[in-house]
Amino acid sequence: MATGTQERRNGVVVVACLGIFFGMIGLSYAAVPLYRMFCQVTGYGGTVREAEQASSVILDQTIKVRFDGNIAPGLAWDFKPDQRDVVMKIGETKQIFFHAKNTSDRELTGQATFNVTPEQAGAYFNKIQCFCFTETTLKPGEELEMPVLFFVDPDIVKDRETKSIGTITLSYTFYPHEKTRPVADAKKPVEAAKKL
Amino acid sequence: MASNHDHAHDHAHDHAGGHDSHAAHDHHHTPGFFTRWFFSTNHKDIGTLYLIFAIMAGVVGGALSVVMRMELQEPGIQIFHGLASMVYGFEGDAAIDGGKQMYNVFTTAHALIMIFFMVMPALIGGFANWMIPIMIGAPDMAFPRMNNISFWLIVPAFILLILSMFAQGPAGGYGVGGGWTMYPPLATSGTPGPAVDLAILALHVAGASSILGAINFITTIMNMRAPGMTLHKMPLFAWSVLITAFLLLLSLPVLAGGITMLLTDRNFGTSFFAPENGGDPILFQHLFWFFGHPEVYILILPGFGIISHIISTFSKKPVFGYLGMAYAMVAIGAVGFIVWAHHMYTVGLSLNTQRYFLFATMVIAVPTGVKIFSWIATMWGGSISFRTPMIWAIGFIFLFTVGGVTGVQLANAGLDRAMHDTYYVVAHFHYVLSLGAVFAIFAAWYYWFPKMTGYMYNETLGNLHFFIMFIGVNMVFFPQHFLGLAGMPRRYIDYPDAFAGWNYVSSVGSYISAFGVLVFFVCVIEAFMKKRVAGDNPWGVGADTLEWQLSSPPPTHQWEQLPRIK
Repeated sequence: MATGTQERRNGVVVVACLGIFFGMIGLSYAAVPLYRMFCQVTGYGGTVREAEQASSVILDQTIKVRFDGNIAPGLAWDFKPDQRDVVMKIGETKQIFFHAKNTSDRELTGQATFNVTPEQAGAYFNKIQCFCFTETTLKPGEELEMPVLFFVDPDIVKDRETKSIGTITLSYTFYPHEKTRPVADAKKPVEAAKKL
Repeated sequence: MASNHDHAHDHAHDHAGGHDSHAAHDHHHTPGFFTRWFFSTNHKDIGTLYLIFAIMAGVVGGALSVVMRMELQEPGIQIFHGLASMVYGFEGDAAIDGGKQMYNVFTTAHALIMIFFMVMPALIGGFANWMIPIMIGAPDMAFPRMNNISFWLIVPAFILLILSMFAQGPAGGYGVGGGWTMYPPLATSGTPGPAVDLAILALHVAGASSILGAINFITTIMNMRAPGMTLHKMPLFAWSVLITAFLLLLSLPVLAGGITMLLTDRNFGTSFFAPENGGDPILFQHLFWFFGHPEVYILILPGFGIISHIISTFSKKPVFGYLGMAYAMVAIGAVGFIVWAHHMYTVGLSLNTQRYFLFATMVIAVPTGVKIFSWIATMWGGSISFRTPMIWAIGFIFLFTVGGVTGVQLANAGLDRAMHDTYYVVAHFHYVLSLGAVFAIFAAWYYWFPKMTGYMYNETLGNLHFFIMFIGVNMVFFPQHFLGLAGMPRRYIDYPDAFAGWNYVSSVGSYISAFGVLVFFVCVIEAFMKKRVAGDNPWGVGADTLEWQLSSPPPTHQWEQLPRIK
């Protein structure tokens, strides 16, 4: 039925369609690095800023910063901030400590992630020194003080979305660091449960 | 409309009448049963296969929902712990936990089956496959063999999904219980068993089928329209399917990418969505809804096209504002790609982001309103005959409008904060899909049944089917608005006693709807038993698209003389 020209015209449409298809697949993977860049630039998702030096401006206005420490399942550590919160001037640089202790009888390695809420405050929360993404190994019973040196950017009071924020929460979660094991390898979850 | 109308017509009858006169043309021979239905390359046969598949999948998906409503009829857990011990062999407390998981597996499977294996195969694979080549005056689809592959991919995809219900899921349960959205971490570290992998593969295969189908439709509609049929003279159903095909082509690869990342996170140690290694679970939600929102338009747009034809046919008037109708669908399709985060108001988007998505979402109400009002304007002053397809179409307009109104409410980020993941959302999307898309499917069924089979259905049974379904589905979903506003969350097997009243009403409605489906089957069987000859055009002057110029059922190969459109 299809003549030579018809086949050629069909071929053009198919090639264009396949181009769109693979282009969209590519874009969906490109979204991964783009999204990460986007988060770092905008503070989206509570991604905080990393600063080289302290703020030169200190406002005569205070803000409360609360701290939160979590341990993901599978890591036998105690982990909590030494102080629940601090009230500080906006722009002032503060150092606080988180405290970790290995409560198990073997050496364990953990790795921390963090974010702040409200997430919009992320763009104004500057950390000068912290224990971000570094692997930390604790021997049985070993304890460690982990410092965070930070300030809140005075520009936070100029942004319509963030100027009414009175409290920022900085939250850390320690995950067990292991040679990444795919979740689907977990052994026979159902059999284990049936025995209960 | 077609200058060689008479000729094409007679020619068609030759084919239907007897093959003797064409014995010399070997491509006219009647294939055997196996060749015809399993190796089929004929768009009408493949369309029939798709429709049969969609009906069977719809029965499975519908049965799952009725079991869920039976469970929710009263507070407490009545059914699923027994079901879990029966199907999976759990005992004691493990049966309760297994039953809770099983309930979530049922919601997940119900959603995936209804979306990917019922509505899409019915509207796109079924009715579009059947009618698009005929309506644009083409002998068949552009790539008939690819069409065959599309169908035979959807069957194994369905089997994979059913298998996932019986594969190990989380600790102490089977199947995927994370909803059709499959958000990590529940779909990654929360469900370590292979059930999620099977469901992901099912979506991959179903997605491949849909992509091939979309390419086929785009090529067919772009290149194979009859001489004289410009895009602006093309029937609205063809417009709707063309736009749907583009939406599929643009959105499905993103789903494929997202679920592939999920698969590699689960099995190959990547961490796209694992925060412990620098990934972000929210990214999956962005990827998913970049697909998911266009997907809901994929489900409803072909219905829009069908409803336009039915309203016009039974009002005996051309559709009001043809170009506006066509470009309203283009606008809905285009804007549908830039509103995805209105599904994610509660993940902590900045207020400005929420403002943007709120505004963009509300903009969609404009082209949708154009369509609703154009349908009403088509009926206005028309000579309306309330045949079965027409009452389904009017039912569609009413129910879709109700769902649209709640949609505009949910578009408000402030309001959505309260409604998110409540039964209000469940009621909203069932009004536009379960009642909107499904009513469009039934309208199309009754509209084209005489054309596809050659037999006339029983008008009384068709009416009965409509009224039972209309009462049933409204009873199921209207009370869910009240439940949602009262704060009843989705995706739980149990609820506080305070919600018992409306849940009972909702469950009774679901039994009525299930009875309506039985009436549907009776109606189909009755039509095949009585064999009332429908004639080429049972609907009269209002039915002016090309399919009504052919015999009923159409000849195996139509338009060997291409119709000419003036």
